[in-house]
Amino acid sequence: MGNKQTTFTDEQLEAFQDCTFFTRKEILRLHSRYRELAPHLVPLDYTNNPDIRVPLALIVTMPELKENPFRDRIVETFSEDGQGNLSFNDFVDMFSALCETSPRELKTIYAFKIYDFNRDNFICKDDLQQTLTLLTKGELTEDEVLLVCDKALEEADLDGDSKLSFSDFQNMISKAPDFLRYNHVLYSHLYLCLLLLLLLLLLLLSG
Amino acid sequence: METDAVFFTDRSGRITSNPLLDQLPSYQSLLYRRKSSVSGPKRRSSSRGRLGSSSSGKWNMSTFTRPFEKQKSQVTEQQPIRELAKPMAEKRRDKTQRLEEAQELTNWRQWRQSSRRYLRRLRDDAQEWLSSMKLWRGDIHLIEGMFGTGILSYFSFLRFLVVLNLIIFLIKFSFVMLPIIIAPYASGNITYNLNDAGVCSVYPSSARRGLVIFHEHITDLLSGGGFLEQTYLFYGYYKVDKIHFTNVTYNLALAYLLSTIAYLFLSLIWIVKRSARGFKRNLVQDEDRFQSFCNKIFAGWDFCITNENAARLKRSSLLYELKTDLEEERIKQKIADRTRKEKCRIYLIRLILNLFVIGVLAACFYTIYVATIFSQEAQMTKIKVNFIVDLIYEYLPSIVITLANFITPLLFSVIINYEDYSPAFEIRFTLMRCVFMRLTSIGVLLFSLWSQITNCEEEPCICGYNHLLYSCWETRVGQEMYKLTIFDFITIVAVTIFVEFPRKLIVKHCDCGLAKWWGQQEFAIPQNVLEIVYGQTICWIGTFYCPMLPAICTIKYFFIFYIKKVSLINNCRPATRPFRASSSNFFFLGVLLIGLALACLPVTVSVAQINCSHACGPFVNFNTSWEVLPTTISQLPSGAQTLLFALSSEAFAVSFFVITCLAMFYVIALAGAHKRVINQLRDQLAMEGRDKRFLIQKLCQAQRLSPVRSPVSKSKPRSPSYHTSFASNFSEGVFLAHSPPDSSTHV
Repeated sequence: MGNKQTTFTDEQLEAFQDCTFFTRKEILRLHSRYRELAPHLVPLDYTNNPDIRVPLALIVTMPELKENPFRDRIVETFSEDGQGNLSFNDFVDMFSALCETSPRELKTIYAFKIYDFNRDNFICKDDLQQTLTLLTKGELTEDEVLLVCDKALEEADLDGDSKLSFSDFQNMISKAPDFLRYNHVLYSHLYLCLLLLLLLLLLLLSG
Repeated sequence: METDAVFFTDRSGRITSNPLLDQLPSYQSLLYRRKSSVSGPKRRSSSRGRLGSSSSGKWNMSTFTRPFEKQKSQVTEQQPIRELAKPMAEKRRDKTQRLEEAQELTNWRQWRQSSRRYLRRLRDDAQEWLSSMKLWRGDIHLIEGMFGTGILSYFSFLRFLVVLNLIIFLIKFSFVMLPIIIAPYASGNITYNLNDAGVCSVYPSSARRGLVIFHEHITDLLSGGGFLEQTYLFYGYYKVDKIHFTNVTYNLALAYLLSTIAYLFLSLIWIVKRSARGFKRNLVQDEDRFQSFCNKIFAGWDFCITNENAARLKRSSLLYELKTDLEEERIKQKIADRTRKEKCRIYLIRLILNLFVIGVLAACFYTIYVATIFSQEAQMTKIKVNFIVDLIYEYLPSIVITLANFITPLLFSVIINYEDYSPAFEIRFTLMRCVFMRLTSIGVLLFSLWSQITNCEEEPCICGYNHLLYSCWETRVGQEMYKLTIFDFITIVAVTIFVEFPRKLIVKHCDCGLAKWWGQQEFAIPQNVLEIVYGQTICWIGTFYCPMLPAICTIKYFFIFYIKKVSLINNCRPATRPFRASSSNFFFLGVLLIGLALACLPVTVSVAQINCSHACGPFVNFNTSWEVLPTTISQLPSGAQTLLFALSSEAFAVSFFVITCLAMFYVIALAGAHKRVINQLRDQLAMEGRDKRFLIQKLCQAQRLSPVRSPVSKSKPRSPSYHTSFASNFSEGVFLAHSPPDSSTHV
């Protein structure tokens, strides 16, 4: 790729590198993916920051998003107008937040926004039901859906207002297995102590 | 739960937004990316530093007042811009703002900042380069996209084992084999072990003489005997005692022993380090099925899936999981409703079935014992019947172990249905039984070998072992381990070629009932993991007797990766019973640790207890292999000697033990204290939430009562939150009974 590319100026690339988790190569690759979605709409030259937005319908055809049940919500969350039309800035932002190297805290914030369908800063029972329906494509019966939502609220709602505020959500996600960091340092200390005990036993055995 | 009608709903039942609520700082931290009517001041007062640090999880509260903002911005300077949850344009603005602020700083600070940024970018590039060097990155990525993260964890586990075995081999090679190889070139003088012409040190050569038929070579290759016996492959070849180079003397016997200890230690540390990353279970208190519904709804979908079939299957597996959880709730209810009579009946059935399982295990172990003894005797008599029959005699223990490991899981999964446990417990219990079966069978094999080795005609044995039959018993044990490894590999390849591929063909082309009942192959993660852990345990045990075994295992796992990958992509569909990746990480490494513990046991016993053979190997001059260490220590300078003796004395050992116990208890107590604090905080949070709602209700009532007065009452509402009775005692108006306390959690 080197210095021959004319899509972005050096300052733009540097700004992208600072504001996202991508390297230069990845940003240029993202731009070519963005362009693939709507070649007639997106120009090759972005040096003067054109204000182009790709509509929702085209973005959700991307293979990374196509199979995701929350694809519409994801794109809407990252769009500035809330309708799902992404400029290139929003596009890069979206993938930066979802990529491997972005921290869990950032992902938690965006996850909360994605699951909050009515955008009232709470995940209420209605939001939960919609999430569950999208997830299972309506294969659960009405009663089962209600039961599952009740149980989920029971598990995560801390302040007792029968909906999840961001602090509830964050607390719950921090304990979810893939996100769990709580006390792992503590338990590796435990492991070390067990290790030392083993060593000691070996020493005693030999002596 | 009390129903507070704080949020006034309109006719349609929808919650109308309350302007007061929108001004709360906790709401503003989640501004949406809209060019909405959100005013400027609100934007700025959104806490930039809202992102809590990962370790403490604290919530940086911002304040309304401007003067504090400058302070705040300096504190949050540490937070890289890209970790903020803002649109790109705002991040760019922040960046230029920070650059401007940076101009105001001194030169030293500027330089520090820019160097920090440069280092960060360098580190990112280095990490990217390193990760691109990872083995099989593209293949694993492909598997992840097609089958999800559950199966992905199996393959990354396999990759981990390949690298681990390679490192173990490098350790053994560089400390044991390399000095012997380079000795002639580096002008080293090798002193071999003295052959005192006693009975014990007779080692007949096992090389075949005369005309060697072709298939005997193959027998040798597969069984590690014949021409392979006196090579670098086995312990017996390393008869070197010391190598004298120009300046140093290299004690090979010591190096052999220490490299064994080193690789066991290294494996332990590496596995523990890896498992600490994904450790879920609380050792002190069992939080079984905590948050299971929330986890499935919010963290259940695998965002890496790009394949349509995989997405469909993931959806159905999530559905299955949810239905299973609902089923578990029902079963829990049923269990709670059990009568006394039913309980007795269930316990009786469980007792009988467990006895049956123990009986089956005992029968398997006895069969392995008998097979091993028979195989050893058949090899000793050296009566060649037939090429094939000879091979079968050689491989009899392996065959029996493999058959037992094939039949018992099926048996266990049938039995568990009658024991009436909850579904999650059923899976775990069956798995535990299979793990026990697999790993103990190796132990039984070794035990039967040793009983043969230490079984002489006249008790006690002259040399400490049966020198007539086993002039070099370590090589014999090494050969058994070698055979187990080879047979394991052959089994995996054979099962893939002769069972999985035909199954796919039958299911695809044949429409008969058999095909429908059998169904398409599912990639059963637990069984596959047990297979490779079994192989790795053999490798750990066998490396002491067969130093080149890790290299063989590396090559074996390398090929297994590709075989499994091809079989997976062509034959398998993802499991309908999902296996969660995170808990599976713990499962894999937990089983591997059990295997390591089990592997340490035979090695320790044979090093410390059993007399090493006097005819071969580096420890000829010693009684047991361990003795080389005390002998070396006694040759060290006296200062080092006293230090080492002090370290291994009882006084030190006891005090070390006591200190370690204290440390453990401290850690456990700390965990308990943290738990209590968390429960307290949770209760306090619930109370604060209720206070907040109560106060807003009162404020709204007050606003409605006096519409003239503007809602300037933005002063921080203090709540007497420590008195729970207040909340229910008031009917109207805001009434502060005490002077407002400065609560640290006030909103």
